Amino acid sequence: MALLKRTPLYEKHLEYKGRIIDFGGWELPVQYEGILKEHQMVRQKAGLFDVSHMGEILVRGNDAEKFIQYLVTNDVTKIQPKQAQYSPICYQNGGCVDDLIVYKYSNNEYFIVVNAANTDKDFDWISKYAPDHLKVENVSSQFAQLAIQGPLAQSILQQLTTFPLDQIAFFHFEPEVIIDGKLCIVSRTGYTGEDGFEIYANPEDASQIWDSILTVGRSDIAPIGLGARDTLRFEAKLPLYGQEISADISPLEAGLGYFVRLEKEADFLGKDALLAQKKNGLTRSLCEFEMLDRGVPRSHYQVAIQDQIVGCVTTGMFAPTLQKNMGLALIPSEFKEPGTKIDIIIRNKKIPAEIKKGIFYSKKTKKH
Amino acid sequence: MNVPNNLLYSKEHEWVRIEGNKAFVGITDFAQNSLGDIVFVELPEIDSKIEAMSEAGVIESVKAVSPIYSPISGNICEINQNLEESPELLNSSPYDQFVFAVEMNEMLEKDALLNASEYEKLIEQA
Repeated sequence: MALLKRTPLYEKHLEYKGRIIDFGGWELPVQYEGILKEHQMVRQKAGLFDVSHMGEILVRGNDAEKFIQYLVTNDVTKIQPKQAQYSPICYQNGGCVDDLIVYKYSNNEYFIVVNAANTDKDFDWISKYAPDHLKVENVSSQFAQLAIQGPLAQSILQQLTTFPLDQIAFFHFEPEVIIDGKLCIVSRTGYTGEDGFEIYANPEDASQIWDSILTVGRSDIAPIGLGARDTLRFEAKLPLYGQEISADISPLEAGLGYFVRLEKEADFLGKDALLAQKKNGLTRSLCEFEMLDRGVPRSHYQVAIQDQIVGCVTTGMFAPTLQKNMGLALIPSEFKEPGTKIDIIIRNKKIPAEIKKGIFYSKKTKKH
Repeated sequence: MNVPNNLLYSKEHEWVRIEGNKAFVGITDFAQNSLGDIVFVELPEIDSKIEAMSEAGVIESVKAVSPIYSPISGNICEINQNLEESPELLNSSPYDQFVFAVEMNEMLEKDALLNASEYEKLIEQA
């Protein structure tokens, strides 16, 4: 039996009465007070998440940029030191290995944050393609990661540091910020659709920082579990690996074309397949839909059009802030037009829904 | 966890209140707490026939889909339509909200249900 892994904040989750579940091999809280309450807290005030299970991979060496450019579908030459960039990474056939965030220290040093469950796979993938002179290290165990998210995130975190946080723009980071006396990496990033920060800390410091944030934030902040993390990211239409994207779903099919820079000169993994997809037209597209009748759509439920199964729901749920049963579905592109009537198969019954566009939560992240 | 004395209980965490030949069925405080925030209730159809311990409806929380069983056989004679509009009532007052009622055709079935102290023992072990 494989033992479940615990983050440095496990004792805190017990102390704050988190309901612990097995989340991909990690013992993490699905909720504390309740998913809906926690969701609203992050939208209205602020929430604190333990995301220490996320993986961190360091790539260092002369002109590491050239290799990162080959690894990711986005154009990493567009970012400056202390800037971060979201990107899928793809197999040669255009399917996704993962989606990740690349933090640039310099052309010779990148810190890559990957999905927890994909850490080993990504490390192997990156190591396999990295030229010999680059050093690729899985440094996941050296970092705890906390996310503070919500409209009050900055004002709360500012009480624990003299560094002027308003100087960190969206998708930028500071490699050396002292939070509550402890050295951390702080980035203005997140997975909720709200403004906020992600803090990379020494595992030994994580509990102190966790307590301090909750103490100075008082009733303006609460610990948030993985349940609300999922409802928040879904409602802001942020993709989840294994659902919206996977080895079988390309970033173009998932509507992430903005992060696939086919025009960049350098070759990159998956480029030929993605170019061909673009040239020939996508056969499948990820579409927004809303239920027209009572029913909650869920991941993997089938989508039918006129009695024909045409695709499936990647994520669906009751969206707490929008107060709607809605979802994302991967279906043949011919049906992607808003207004198209579809059926979601819920417990062997066809429940009507409609393809829509622009129905998700407008992100409140700070664009500069 | 609240377990009222005047009700009967199933091992699947439904409560049963007998009124004459009718059995009102709901979910226990323990059940609603385990499920978390309830966002959807699928009720059985009035006049449909139901066998004891078969699925009568579905309760969905934000994260989970769970069947609700009927502890009693008979005909569905009432459903609580409030729950279609306000499923969260099952979280806030689980014992005030029945989900459905069954016209019993087998009065003896209720003797197989648990009383409050037996149910309390069951959830202590859970």
